[in-house]
Amino acid sequence: MSGVVYALLGAALAVILAGIGSAIGVGIAGQAAAGVVTEDPSKFAKVLIMQLLPGTQGIYGLLVGFITLSKIGLLGGGLLELTKGEGLLVLCACLPIGLVGLISAYYQGKTSAAAIGIVAKKPEQFGKAMLFPAMVETYAILALLVSILAVTNLPF
Amino acid sequence: MFDTKYTYAVARIRALETSLFTSQIIEQLIACDTEEQCIQVLQEKGWGDNDTAANADAILGRETEKIWETMKDLGVDMSVFDVLSYPNLFHNLKAAIKDVCSGNENRNLNIYYEDTQISPEEMLDIIKSKDFSRFPENMANAAKEAYETLLHTGDGQLCDVIVDRAALDAIYAAGKAAKDSIIKEYAESIVAIADIKIAVRSQKTAKTMDFMKRAMAPCDSIDVDQLSRAAVGGMEAVVEYLSGTAYAEGGQAIAESSSAFERWCDNRLIQAMKPQKYESFSVGPLVAYVLARENEIKTVRIILSGKQNGFSENSIRERVRDMYV
Repeated sequence: MSGVVYALLGAALAVILAGIGSAIGVGIAGQAAAGVVTEDPSKFAKVLIMQLLPGTQGIYGLLVGFITLSKIGLLGGGLLELTKGEGLLVLCACLPIGLVGLISAYYQGKTSAAAIGIVAKKPEQFGKAMLFPAMVETYAILALLVSILAVTNLPF
Repeated sequence: MFDTKYTYAVARIRALETSLFTSQIIEQLIACDTEEQCIQVLQEKGWGDNDTAANADAILGRETEKIWETMKDLGVDMSVFDVLSYPNLFHNLKAAIKDVCSGNENRNLNIYYEDTQISPEEMLDIIKSKDFSRFPENMANAAKEAYETLLHTGDGQLCDVIVDRAALDAIYAAGKAAKDSIIKEYAESIVAIADIKIAVRSQKTAKTMDFMKRAMAPCDSIDVDQLSRAAVGGMEAVVEYLSGTAYAEGGQAIAESSSAFERWCDNRLIQAMKPQKYESFSVGPLVAYVLARENEIKTVRIILSGKQNGFSENSIRERVRDMYV
């Protein structure tokens, strides 16, 4: 039974850490977006897209959480009997998206806020401005890939 | 980790920066034939309000008020701007001392700045009651000394020197105590430039070294002893001393003309603020915006008074300041 605790802890960490990161990131970008819209409401759509960029890490964490819950049989009703070692394997598989999600979403939020400054002054440069925070996304996607590959290929 | 308390304010300032005057708009104002045309252009750009009278003083006064209305609206801790308000605060102190020493019961001189930390009325009340301890620490001694000097000697200039020196000391101390690098930089720049101005004016009016030392505030980038010695030695000595400091261009401006020097003093401050255009999370862009707006208003005032007095476009152009954006 102790193995399941570790496995659930892994799923929880993927959702919690990536979710916290996204909440912080979207919050930071949202403050900047609100600042711009206060002065120029016509830029609402553009800054909203910028604000949403750091929100993806939370979705990635949720995805890994679902896959993990499905893997250990919690969603299908047939909960697996996992050893402590197997549970720890699941926990380790969930860590990449949890940790990378937390940190990348925070920095993506800051980059989005800075990019919102570009949109505020030069709205025609929206495409270029969006690329800067999008770059940070790369590392969240890499972590997501590793977490999904690891969870789905565990030998049980 | 969470150094993001200015995120909203800075983004709002970024949006506001789009309405700051560029050098093209300044050129457009210079190209106007009359002051009335300038005022019309300013009104088209949103200067003043619907109920603001169409005259220079009313429009420029309203724009100055708008700066602080905006800052208060940003919801940031206003104490970071204290250092910017010291010149106005100490100016009010001079006016209040002169009012009281002239035997005026109430504010008689129409030269007070409103909206300062200590209201003009309170300042008059403190001086009348001679209860100088009610002033902040950095004002109390200077206020007492300036009041007694003016009362006993009637020397208005000495009174001004005492208060101006206290203002510089207060700005410098606030800069040293500030956590934000922009406030440190601002304080250093303001004090150093004020010292150079004192040296230049003292040299022109043949003041003594003691007078200069009394007026100048020590700072890191200027050696007050050397500068005052140079000023006694002549303008060339001042230029030579400055060439070895971070203010070498100021020396060249002094050599050019007094209006070029005044222009350099303001331009240097705006140049020092320009990197704040690329900051997203510090108080820097807010401070830079306040200074940029003040610089903009000052430049417009120069253009309008140039037009009033029939100056040529070129002579106005050589007096206008660099713009922040």
